[in-house]
Amino acid sequence: MPGLEDLYREIILDHYKSPRNRGELATPPAVSAQGHNPLCGDEITVYVQLDGDTVSDIKVGGSGCSISQSSASMMSQAVKGKSVDDVKAIVRRFKGMMSIDTEDDSPLPDVKLGDLEALQGVVKFPVRIKCATLAWNTLTEALTEAGRS
Amino acid sequence: MSTAGVDWKAVQADFPVLQRTIDDQRIVYLDSANTSQKPNAVIDAMADFMRTSYAPINRSAYRLAAEATDAFEGARTKVQRFINARKPHEVVFTKNATESLNLIVDTWGEANLRAGDAVVLTHMEHHANIVPWHMLAARKGIEIRWIPLTADGQLDLTDLDRLLDGAKAVSFTAMSNVLGTITPVAQICAAAHAAGATTIVDACQYVPHNVTDVQAWGADFTTFSSHKMCGPSGIGVVWGREELLDAMPPFLGGGNMISDVRLDGFSCAELPAKFEAGTPPIVEAVGLGAAVDYLSAIGMAKVRQHEMALTDYALRTLDARYGDDITIHGPRNIEVRGAVLSFAFRDIHPHDVSQVLDQKNVCVRAGHHCAKPLMRLLGVNATARASFYLYNDESDADALANALDGASDIFGL
Repeated sequence: MPGLEDLYREIILDHYKSPRNRGELATPPAVSAQGHNPLCGDEITVYVQLDGDTVSDIKVGGSGCSISQSSASMMSQAVKGKSVDDVKAIVRRFKGMMSIDTEDDSPLPDVKLGDLEALQGVVKFPVRIKCATLAWNTLTEALTEAGRS
Repeated sequence: MSTAGVDWKAVQADFPVLQRTIDDQRIVYLDSANTSQKPNAVIDAMADFMRTSYAPINRSAYRLAAEATDAFEGARTKVQRFINARKPHEVVFTKNATESLNLIVDTWGEANLRAGDAVVLTHMEHHANIVPWHMLAARKGIEIRWIPLTADGQLDLTDLDRLLDGAKAVSFTAMSNVLGTITPVAQICAAAHAAGATTIVDACQYVPHNVTDVQAWGADFTTFSSHKMCGPSGIGVVWGREELLDAMPPFLGGGNMISDVRLDGFSCAELPAKFEAGTPPIVEAVGLGAAVDYLSAIGMAKVRQHEMALTDYALRTLDARYGDDITIHGPRNIEVRGAVLSFAFRDIHPHDVSQVLDQKNVCVRAGHHCAKPLMRLLGVNATARASFYLYNDESDADALANALDGASDIFGL
């Protein structure tokens, strides 16, 4: 069976123990969305502040397993300061890495995932894919709420 | 009482899934509180029935159908005796215990409760014994009261009389699927009846692991599932006292539950058919009957003793090995607990704990166990849960203790 070192890579554990961008943003002007993974009890709240077309600030709250929390932390790092279009491309690229079928058949955007590549190992543990994508789905919801998605 | 005379190794050999290896490791199955493994006797009974006697039941005039009917109704009688119900037609087959609880709420509850009537539940209930009552409350405006818990996870009955005062029903678990707590069923039923309340006992975790006597309990209704007691999934039971079942309106409508259907209406069949609309889970009933036979041959008192010894061993082993690093929820007194151990291990999330245990083929559940109000009370989103059954032994408890070590290595905690 795939070894756990594929799943629990150092960078993931680093983000789990020291999650980036934890906290809240006042809503309004920020928007927030909540997500949870009923299978294992992960809970996420994502706060997004948009300045024009840019995600000027993002905060993540909630609690959960190492995969859900580290993914949320890495996500917050990857999207902060990016345009909404760039964020959508990163989300698509990430979901593609997680082997998630989206309705969009076009080729995946050529976007650097950086630290997020470490989550590639999750694909070998299908039960944990929902943990890894929880924050991303919640982010997408927040952006939809902001009327931009 | 000893469990002398039971060859527990032979019992293990009866369960084919447990003979498998995954990646050359044996399976340490510690999730029977979720669902139980099936012995060859049950598998063979179902396959043999489908190969030889399968036919419609309670319908047709040919001999093959008579055989099938005997097998099906025979299973009902087996269940009746297993729980010491007075009559076989007090045993109603459903899809599972969740459906059984919905049946009670939607028929007994619907017919007998009005706005402002109070129903008493407990803080340790499974969602199947909470959500249907919430749904009824939304329709009818009933009040739900909650029996709280003590610090060690038992029911706090200090205020029971006040909670029961004016209550119409008490619906509670005989054994918690999270804490393992065995509740004082007979005592609560007696207090409820003295207060004029009907009693509903969710016995999902209890029936597979104990001698069950619904008459001695003084219960009015009892619910449980086949798949937790070595039987197949897809069939559950609601037992109810005849007078109550007779007075209730039907649940689902259709064939089999009627005596007459006209253009302008219908009349119901007698018990138990009144509550068994459509084609029942025929093969599954045969499987449940075989499970009852299998468990009865071993003896439920012996199963309980085996699990008590195993629970005691597991608690002592985990305490000795990990001390304050492990928090095992629920009472320590094994007289009032079953072999269900929910635990927190260091600061490692239960989902990560179960992942690490899976590396060693140790199968536990991580999550809220369909008991979110209880999770909130415990101050957690989720726990890991190991549960033992008749096919587990001390080596499984050892495997659990050993595999937990791996979690510390990875998470450096």
